[in-house]
Amino acid sequence: MRLTCPLCGPRDRREFYYYGAAVYLDRPAADAPPEAWDEYLHLRDNPAGVTQDLWYHEQGCGSWLKVTRNTVTHEILAVDAVSAADAAEEAR
Amino acid sequence: MRIDGKGRIDRTRPVTFTFDGRPYAGYRGDTLASALIANDVRVVGRSFKYHRPRGILTAGSEEPNALVEVVGPANQTPNTRATVQELFEGLVARSQNRWPSLSLDLLEVNDLAAPFLSAGFYYKTFMWPRRFWEGIYEPLIRRAAGLGRLSGKHDEGVYEKAWAHCDLLVIGAGPAGLMAALVAARAGADVILCDESAEMGGRLLSDEGQIDGMPAADWTAAVLAELASLPNLRLMPRTTVTGAYDDGTYGALERVGLHRSPRPNLPRECFWRIVAKRSILAAGALERGIAFQDNDRPGVMLAGSLATYLNRYGVSPGKRVALFANNGSVRATARSLKAAGVEVVAILDSRPDAPDEPGIPVHKGATVLRARGRMGLHSLSFAHEGRVHALEVDCLGVSGGWNPAVHLTCHRNGRPRWSDELAAFVPMEGAVPGMRVAGAAAGSFSTHACLASGAEAARESLAALGRDGGALDLPRAEDAPYRIAPLWTVPGKGRAWLDFANDVTVKDVTLAAQEGFRSVEHMKRYTTQGMAPDQGKSSNVAALAVLADATGRGIPETGTTTFRPPYTPVSIAAMGAGGRGAGFAPQRFLTSDQASRDRAAPMVEAGLWYRPSYFPKPQETTWREACDREVRMVRETVGVSDVSTLGKIDVQGPDAARFLDFVYSNTMSTLPVGKVRYGLMLREDGHVLDDGTCARLGAQHWLITTTTAAAGLVMRHLDFVHQAFCAGWQLRFVSVTEAWAQFAIAGPQARALVASALGRAPELGFMGCAPVTVQGVAGRLFRISFSGEEGYELAVPTRFGEALFRDLVARAETMGGGPYGMEALNVLRIEKGFITHAEIHGRVTAFDIGMEKMVSGKKDCIGKAAAMRPGMQGAARAQMVGLKPLSDDVITAGAHLFAQGVDLGRETSAGYVTSVGYSPTLHSHLALGFLANGRARHGETVRLVDRLRGVDVLCTVTSPVFHDPKGEKLRA
Repeated sequence: MRLTCPLCGPRDRREFYYYGAAVYLDRPAADAPPEAWDEYLHLRDNPAGVTQDLWYHEQGCGSWLKVTRNTVTHEILAVDAVSAADAAEEAR
Repeated sequence: MRIDGKGRIDRTRPVTFTFDGRPYAGYRGDTLASALIANDVRVVGRSFKYHRPRGILTAGSEEPNALVEVVGPANQTPNTRATVQELFEGLVARSQNRWPSLSLDLLEVNDLAAPFLSAGFYYKTFMWPRRFWEGIYEPLIRRAAGLGRLSGKHDEGVYEKAWAHCDLLVIGAGPAGLMAALVAARAGADVILCDESAEMGGRLLSDEGQIDGMPAADWTAAVLAELASLPNLRLMPRTTVTGAYDDGTYGALERVGLHRSPRPNLPRECFWRIVAKRSILAAGALERGIAFQDNDRPGVMLAGSLATYLNRYGVSPGKRVALFANNGSVRATARSLKAAGVEVVAILDSRPDAPDEPGIPVHKGATVLRARGRMGLHSLSFAHEGRVHALEVDCLGVSGGWNPAVHLTCHRNGRPRWSDELAAFVPMEGAVPGMRVAGAAAGSFSTHACLASGAEAARESLAALGRDGGALDLPRAEDAPYRIAPLWTVPGKGRAWLDFANDVTVKDVTLAAQEGFRSVEHMKRYTTQGMAPDQGKSSNVAALAVLADATGRGIPETGTTTFRPPYTPVSIAAMGAGGRGAGFAPQRFLTSDQASRDRAAPMVEAGLWYRPSYFPKPQETTWREACDREVRMVRETVGVSDVSTLGKIDVQGPDAARFLDFVYSNTMSTLPVGKVRYGLMLREDGHVLDDGTCARLGAQHWLITTTTAAAGLVMRHLDFVHQAFCAGWQLRFVSVTEAWAQFAIAGPQARALVASALGRAPELGFMGCAPVTVQGVAGRLFRISFSGEEGYELAVPTRFGEALFRDLVARAETMGGGPYGMEALNVLRIEKGFITHAEIHGRVTAFDIGMEKMVSGKKDCIGKAAAMRPGMQGAARAQMVGLKPLSDDVITAGAHLFAQGVDLGRETSAGYVTSVGYSPTLHSHLALGFLANGRARHGETVRLVDRLRGVDVLCTVTSPVFHDPKGEKLRA
């Protein structure tokens, strides 16, 4: 598996640290109800198909990346830096 | 026997080797298999289950029978295919799966018991009585099972792993692969050409055909010479591409040193990961047999292998040879054998409309009924025109057709497609993104078709790479059509073998179908068809055909089992190259490392760091003596300890304070410049992530520390919080752990030692920090303590670390102090109730360690919402306490705590112990631990029980702070 880091280019997956689903970016407000925090912290989908998850270019530039990929075909659809992910998604 | 004038071996270079202890001779260029054939060795192994004598079946990596142990000075490699092992001087090989010898194998009794050992025998027999399984059945089966044996010693051989990158990877260097590589390399693409064999050319080396009017082998040599001259092409012989993975990554195993006598620094194998923008699979096709009674007798071989042994290695397995085929591919073999002086007795062609062959009797529509000769074929019987005939032969070449080597196209879940015309599975194009299939692997069998499809695949790959393949005149070559009339088994009595390696017969497969294992995957597991080291390369398709017939379905409906990597066995040693022993793990050494070793300090691993455990004095005989002395030294005079392993992160920017408020549970923004604050970081789920200090060096400049163990974790966490939630904030941070050497100076004389080292008394209050000049070097001084004594930490740039450590220790010794190590550091902090990751182990909250007030109510922070959830605080939670045993007995970390008088059990455990140490200050063992509602239970007596180590001690529950509870020494 290879990921194309927006800063470093195509790299082998061993350079990256896998974290988990990209919903971890959608942090609830501090005063959100417990259900919202429970969902944010604990509940994850396990899709057969397109999914988004977080990877950290630990042996590279230190960027946290939002990777859009297909769990069935293993196709990598997009790799965006999380700090610029919203802008990149709007641009597409 | 050796055939004069044939083969590509080097007859000027004889090689001697031993097989089962007997010396033999061969030539450079032989494989072990060809050399054994040259020496007329017919039986090379015993079969897995029935221990039947077996001979060499193939000439390639698909060999199911000829598996041997290759014995080296330092290792023993079992299940080596003799057909792949190149001969070298002094090679020692042993046959497998026989006892006491190859000719007399006592377990051959299994063959007589065959009627009781059919498919599913284990499942049916060893089910009852149930209690027999562990004590009797399993040990017995384990002793009988398995093929070769390991030496039982460490494999001291050298192995490597490596990466390669290219535009185009060409897998296989037969006619299609050579042509593809030539076209792509001439067009300037960066090409890697891999081939399994020692010599490239594939079947062109076994072939007596012509290309462009010259012998195929000469054409091959010319192409290889051109390829070798091109700087943009890399030839990788002896390299099997074993797997196709995501995004153009391929695994490949190179046999670097297995073909020569071992040398100390020569790697045995190298495991490659090749990243290719495009690839062409030109892996050729594998021949398959036809099942008939006793078709596994030594001397029955695949027909194409006979041609390889004759033309490539100059040997013939027999003097009187017959050929049995359902297709025309054996005709060239027959002609080669005849021309070489081997008697070709007959061609038994199962096709009624088969063509004639000048000078060789062809029996059209004939089928072989039975092979005879337990230790070597001597005759066979065949049916022809309704009558049974006998034939005296010592070798039978069989061809049941050819299977394109589709394996790699299926590694990403692709399924091959059935071709009625070829009676074989062919690959689905596009099954592996970026991969084209060419030549026989794609079902194009003639030499012309291979060359054409190789060139075409190269041109298409080049177009995808944005390159022009240019014009090329295709070399002229034979273009005979491939005609096959499927024949999988010859009906008859007795056992007809499909999978030689796992001893699976036609009857086993039909029995599986009868017993309901009709799915191909079920049949495979029930019979073990295709599950041996060869993975059924020469037998799977025939087994599918038998299953299809038994279930009344067609082969396409029956389908194939799943092809998974690796294509051929890959040694774990090669995949794990460099990982033995300490492996690739970096070793991190302190600047004081040599100074500590000079003092004979034993080193202890702390993550990747090596830290001094204690500094023994000559008269001390145990670590405890040294540790106790060092603790007393810190409490009474002064000690010096290297604490550079703590993570140090430099944070700067207008929003740095705001950021730190967000990542620490307590407030940092209110900290004045020149002060240090203890800080707690939470995970978003409300549990403690790490603790450390946070120093404000300037209005927008901070230096934070992490624990040694969590330095990387905290950096990753801060990067995430920053990039995910605060991307627009004005701040930057960077790890400076390795830029600074930092030393703790602790004890009543600490201030005097610092004054001595700096040349002036430090004017720092508790938790102050300031820039200082250390004998001309710019450094930093912090007044912080992890020991409970008055303490300082003095930091200088790393390059001055060793000098400062030696200087501080020398000064300390004049004051009655000295260095202290990890053991003393740990006791000092336990006495003081300071936590480490033994306490903040991932399941404790700020409340549990008594720091709930450090979660600020005035601001949001990572982990705050979750920390406020019900259940994250309260009496029911295990809270940190101190434990002091009532006796002198040793207590252990990991022990459980119980209220007095309860039955010991998992459900009555009220807590556990996290840290223990002997306190020379309090003359007692001490522990930190967690106890349900512990803070309300100070003074209570509890039972500390460690059943693993036989510890059962009564302890008093106390505050975790045993020493100087008011912190007067700290603030002195």
